[in-house]
Amino acid sequence: MINRFLIPVVVFALLTVVLAIGIVHSPDKGIIPSPLIGKPAPPFSLPSLTDATRTVSSGALRGRWYLLNVWGSWCGTCREEHGMLLQVRQSGLVPLIGLDWKDDDAQALGYLQQGGNPYQEIAADRTGRVAIDWGVYAAPESFLVNPEGIVVYKCMGELTPEIWQKEILPRLTKAQASTS
Amino acid sequence: MSHARILRGCLIALAGFLACARAYAIDPTQMPTPELQARYEGLTHELRCVQCQDEAISDSPAGIASDLRGEVRDMLLAGKSDQDVRNFMLARYGDFVLFRPRFVLKNAWLWLAPWTLLAVGGLVAWRVVRKRAELVAADNEPLPDDGSP
Repeated sequence: MINRFLIPVVVFALLTVVLAIGIVHSPDKGIIPSPLIGKPAPPFSLPSLTDATRTVSSGALRGRWYLLNVWGSWCGTCREEHGMLLQVRQSGLVPLIGLDWKDDDAQALGYLQQGGNPYQEIAADRTGRVAIDWGVYAAPESFLVNPEGIVVYKCMGELTPEIWQKEILPRLTKAQASTS
Repeated sequence: MSHARILRGCLIALAGFLACARAYAIDPTQMPTPELQARYEGLTHELRCVQCQDEAISDSPAGIASDLRGEVRDMLLAGKSDQDVRNFMLARYGDFVLFRPRFVLKNAWLWLAPWTLLAVGGLVAWRVVRKRAELVAADNEPLPDDGSP
């Protein structure tokens, strides 16, 4: 007779464990894992924001590390992230390539004049077509691309000093250690 | 005022709202043929908006949803198949964008769990019913004649 009561109790306990694992491991709802990680960076060729005669293309970026930062002068979190980007530029560890997403050129240039320009080059994605290829859905987003042109890491949202220390720096230094 | 007049007034107002609904819809896209329109609406209803994640891109006012609707429209106009459109979104935004998940290894439990639970439940129910039937059958057996009147 004992198992009549034991069975529901055991089933309930199992269910509790399963649900607890689900809750603990449920990903942050705001962050969609990028299917691009480990895959070649989507190719692009866009006019430069700062020099209308130049184009910024993924082909020209091959052979070196870069951090593609998706931003816009309309984006509030980008403003908060700006100081960190300037520090990255100052560190000289990885070139920042800006993807100015669905922005007004004049406003974007004004934004950089006011806050300083952390980017080595800026591609102006006025229609947002290239951003779709990169799976962008909310600025800011940052993609770390290796010299072979493979996306190795994506930072969704603000690039914080913690993310820089924990996620980006180790990947850069590990790669440098293995080549030297 | 009679009930018929009130009812008529309500119906006229309702007809007015319905007529306006189209004009205020989030997505006013019109495809050139009814077939394309049907496919377009089907796809935009089954693709999830990546920004406001509980909506389909057909219902979302987010900028990215409107951009993705534009992609769907352009791909259909270019003669791409529905599966081409789904694969395009999948390659960029992952399984997350599909409100109708694919049947792949990491999603398999999603599809199989309900059937497994149904089978287990069915088995339990069948056993319980059979056991009870046996009890009833045992109950119906004539009592041994103990000689009482």
